[in-house]
Amino acid sequence: MFETIKFLIKKLAQDRTAAIGVFLILSLILIAIFAPILATHPADITEFHPPERLQGPSSEHYFGTDRMGSDIYSRLLYGARITIAIALIAISVSVVIGVPIGLLAGYYRNWVSDALMRVSDIFLAVPQIILAIAIAQTLGPSIQNVILALSATYWPFWTRLVYAETRSALNEPYVEASIALGASPSRVMILHVLPNISSSIIVRTTIGMGGTILTAAALGFLGLGPPPPSPEWGRTIAESREFLPEAWWYAAAPGIAIFLVVMGFNLLGDGLRDILDPRTRRSKGG
Amino acid sequence: MFNRLIWFFPTVFGLLLLVFTISHIIPADPVAFLAGDNATNEQIADLRAQYGFDRPLYIQFINYVMGTFQGDLGISLYTQRPISDDLLGRLPATLELTFVSVLISAAIGVPLGVIAAVYRNSVADHILRLITVSGLAIASFWLAILFQLFFAMELQWTPLQGRIDGWGPDHITGFFLLDSLLVGDWESFGSAFSHLVLPVATLAFPAMATIMRFTRAGVLDAINSNYVLYEQAMGFPERIIIWKYILRNALIGTVTQIGLIFGLLLAGTVVVEAVFDWPGLGLYAVQSIMNSDYNAIMGFTLITGTMFILINLLVDVLQGVMDPRSEL
Repeated sequence: MFETIKFLIKKLAQDRTAAIGVFLILSLILIAIFAPILATHPADITEFHPPERLQGPSSEHYFGTDRMGSDIYSRLLYGARITIAIALIAISVSVVIGVPIGLLAGYYRNWVSDALMRVSDIFLAVPQIILAIAIAQTLGPSIQNVILALSATYWPFWTRLVYAETRSALNEPYVEASIALGASPSRVMILHVLPNISSSIIVRTTIGMGGTILTAAALGFLGLGPPPPSPEWGRTIAESREFLPEAWWYAAAPGIAIFLVVMGFNLLGDGLRDILDPRTRRSKGG
Repeated sequence: MFNRLIWFFPTVFGLLLLVFTISHIIPADPVAFLAGDNATNEQIADLRAQYGFDRPLYIQFINYVMGTFQGDLGISLYTQRPISDDLLGRLPATLELTFVSVLISAAIGVPLGVIAAVYRNSVADHILRLITVSGLAIASFWLAILFQLFFAMELQWTPLQGRIDGWGPDHITGFFLLDSLLVGDWESFGSAFSHLVLPVATLAFPAMATIMRFTRAGVLDAINSNYVLYEQAMGFPERIIIWKYILRNALIGTVTQIGLIFGLLLAGTVVVEAVFDWPGLGLYAVQSIMNSDYNAIMGFTLITGTMFILINLLVDVLQGVMDPRSEL
């Protein structure tokens, strides 16, 4: 395990784009953790200063102020916490639901596994954002409901992936051997199949983080995210619209933040895929 | 192929069940909402009976399925019109936007993908990769606002929002570009075209990035294959090998992608239509969200989901035709 991590870090450091991805993600995490220290106006998450509204970037307000006169820079830092919380919890739930279902459906060949795959097909049949909108709208705008809506729509991606990988792993000699030696199904699934398909799961999860952050921001933009005065990035962009083009900074900062974070996860995902799965090497053929 | 067709109806049925389930976990009581604040308990009970909410759940579900197959998606709680009429009237606007975006993204993405593969690891390839990575990381609503800010507000090259100035061409198909061409209404055509530019650019950017990525990978696969080596040995001009033989094989994977992208664009229109005030299905969905119009949102989910399932089916069939080796 330790050797694997050392190998990964070494390889990632050699891959320039993946290293940029790691840098962006680490920055996000550090910003989220140290938001209270880094923020110049931490009270502005809930406090308003109407006389100072819609001021441009200055040494007092790095990214300007919003329609309530709050400091956009400070709110942006706290918004990173919301983004991380939503993406991390929603993706974890999706993995925890999706992976075991995929393993079971892939290992057993009976009507239950067919039924499980059909259910995941139905969820995949609707575009994720549409289903998430329907669920979030029904439950009402809050962080918990955004997480619920995203988890409910994203788990089948892991089921599909793990199902396909498990089916092909079952044909491998090492799995046949362990079955022939009398290993129990749970032992085969957890000790033999899962470790060998984990790299696909890791890659899918990394890229999935980026997609989830985009969907969560879109829900926030549509007014289905955490309610005001939440500093959620998508909502901030929606708020800024009536003050364009004059208050351009209002929309610029959260949009760039979303872009950099999603970019970070996509770059890391691409880099991990190159390292973990030599079959799909990006630089193939040259 | 047959297998796919068989699963179409169960999948749509499952979608119905899913939408029905979501719409019945509503914490608020839609009937109480409909009746207003001053309604008596009897009035609410009457309404409940009228909408069938007093019957057992499975009867409600059966009625819902029967109604849906007869084209009845219920009445919008807000517009008080049949939801199917609302959705049908708005469908052409969304389809026009989606079609044009798919066309543009494929027309730009495929050649750029080929160029990136043929000149791999060149400066051009690196620049194109940067564009691809950005296209997949940018939030479409933010890109839409950026476009509005620069091209509509600052430079004033394009209209800010909306679908057309004036009434639009005579209604034939509901596609403004097509209708204005059919009746020779050049003014409407120009207006419809200029209104399309920004929403299409927003939708097409990430789509183009995906298509470029897949074309590049497909072409790279083909370049290393034996038949290309054979053609090179036979002395075919490089240009013909690339654009005729390699591209044909590489495009099989791309066609699948374009199908999937069509579905994703359909979903992407929700946000893009909201920003550009484009009177399609997406804007209807957003307005329904604002008005807590549950029925309308469920109708929208059902229609979009069904279209998505149909598109995937079509892609599978098309892929089978183009590549007889593929298992269906």
